[in-house]
Amino acid sequence: MKRVLIIDDEPLARMVVQEYLQPFNNELQVMQECGDGFEGIKAIMQHQPDLIFLDVQMPKINGFEMLELVEQAPQVIFTTAFDEYAIKAFETHAVDYLLKPFSRERFNKAIEKYLSQATNKPVTKPNEALLETAAQSPAQHERIVVKTGTKVKIIPVQDIEYLAADDDYVSIFTSEGSFLKNKTMSFFEQTLDARHFARVHRSYIVSVAQITRIDPFEKDAHLAILKSGARIPVSKAGYVKLKQVLGI
Amino acid sequence: MSTTSTLFSKLNLAFATGGLAWTALQIYTIHSFGFSWYIAAIDSVASVIPLAAACWLIDNNLRYYQPGKGSYINLLIWCVVLAGACTFMVRWGLPMLITDSTHTGFLRQSLIIRLFTNFMAIGWMAMISLIWYVQQDQKENERRKSEAEQLARDAELYNLRQQLQPHFLFNSLNSINALIGFKPHEARKMIHQLSDFLRGTLKKDDQKQVPLKEELEHLNLYLEIEKVRFGHRLQTEISCDNKCSEALLPPLLLQPIVENAIKFGLYDTTGEVTISIRAEVEDKYLVVMVQNPYDQQTARPRHGTGFGVSGIQRRLYLLFARNGLVETYQNDDIFTIMIKIPQA
Repeated sequence: MKRVLIIDDEPLARMVVQEYLQPFNNELQVMQECGDGFEGIKAIMQHQPDLIFLDVQMPKINGFEMLELVEQAPQVIFTTAFDEYAIKAFETHAVDYLLKPFSRERFNKAIEKYLSQATNKPVTKPNEALLETAAQSPAQHERIVVKTGTKVKIIPVQDIEYLAADDDYVSIFTSEGSFLKNKTMSFFEQTLDARHFARVHRSYIVSVAQITRIDPFEKDAHLAILKSGARIPVSKAGYVKLKQVLGI
Repeated sequence: MSTTSTLFSKLNLAFATGGLAWTALQIYTIHSFGFSWYIAAIDSVASVIPLAAACWLIDNNLRYYQPGKGSYINLLIWCVVLAGACTFMVRWGLPMLITDSTHTGFLRQSLIIRLFTNFMAIGWMAMISLIWYVQQDQKENERRKSEAEQLARDAELYNLRQQLQPHFLFNSLNSINALIGFKPHEARKMIHQLSDFLRGTLKKDDQKQVPLKEELEHLNLYLEIEKVRFGHRLQTEISCDNKCSEALLPPLLLQPIVENAIKFGLYDTTGEVTISIRAEVEDKYLVVMVQNPYDQQTARPRHGTGFGVSGIQRRLYLLFARNGLVETYQNDDIFTIMIKIPQA
């Protein structure tokens, strides 16, 4: 018996999935329905589902952001009405996706696809590549969702002072402190708006608006002094990039 | 096209008539100095031909090129040069046609007068041409400008209207799909609401303002659909007295505002959401206020700059040629947008 969660903010949309799942109730059991991403995260921790039906557009955090925050991501069948970036991501990476409104036949196909995969393949981490693609969506560039303990924190990108590499993680520094995110520096270099953020060093990305001063430091290197007083190393190549962004 | 060509032939006729009259006048004048009609005619025709050529030249120049404010002096110089050239041609050409020595003397004596009258004639021609063509250009510009504006307005309004969210449409269809299974009556009702709503967005004529009552009825269809989609999470409050409901506003103006309010209200918070719409008439303005809750901590920066607000601003500007009809406020986790519609 596989455990299933339905995560969608529209009650009627959850109902359709419930209804379509009826014929499969020998193999699939719905553990819970969730109305938003926060509930979703809790329910995933609690029930350790094998499969989730996940809507993309949801309150506060969207489906992708929710997945980013889950440690052991289950298999996902996305359900969405319209989102060109999401669809691009699904086409290449998801188990399957259903475009609302979907027919029972289409739904059955998705379930069969999942069931055949689930028996053959062990669950790896199928979601990484998908999330990378989904992160190309402009909506995803405006904020970063992180988890601190059991709480979810949404950081609008304009609140970011700088980012620093931290082993396999990236530390995001804001006026409220720093937050760890399980992503690479090059991911942030690509997704953050290049007009406002510059990768000034192999291990640092800085918000240009936060810089108050740039001092020379040792040979070829510089130090960027931020409003908060933080001193960020700027490499030779980073200095060139920074000058470009600042237009000097 | 035919009107412009007849206009041109009329102009040519006027030009020829003017030339003939000028020639006749000059023949009479020279004859009155005691020369024979024959000599007077030769003299006049020989003087008027270069003068007409000069006039034609200056008129043609001004048709295609009007001097800017600073270069009228160039035009003056041109007139002087052309008048000089005409006089010069007469001075050296006429003695070849008329060998009478009295006439040659008369020619020398009258040179200054000839130069002056030539200058006056060419200058007059230049002035009339200038005024005429500048006016023509202005008319043409105005016509083009208003046409461009009309086009831009149509295109823009069309685009703004096309912003009807596909997201909304597909999700509504999905809700209907769900209802068909266990509440077929409600499914049917929702199909009718959705159809009425879509029809309402299509048939509206932008030029014609509608009473608020009508706009609210249309809005209500939309809100009812959204309430089915989001269930108990979405509440609405609408207040509008009798006076307001007759006030006029451009059709579908409130739609994107309320759409935005719902979007931010529902996607920025997780609890119940109340969208309130309040209308009042205040010294010759219909004031409509739409409020939605939002989360100050996580609100996306597009708040206040997104399609909703700037689109409304642009539309009101196009319709009323005025800025400042849209205001937004954010406090205590409530986002308020206020629009003012001038009442005739």
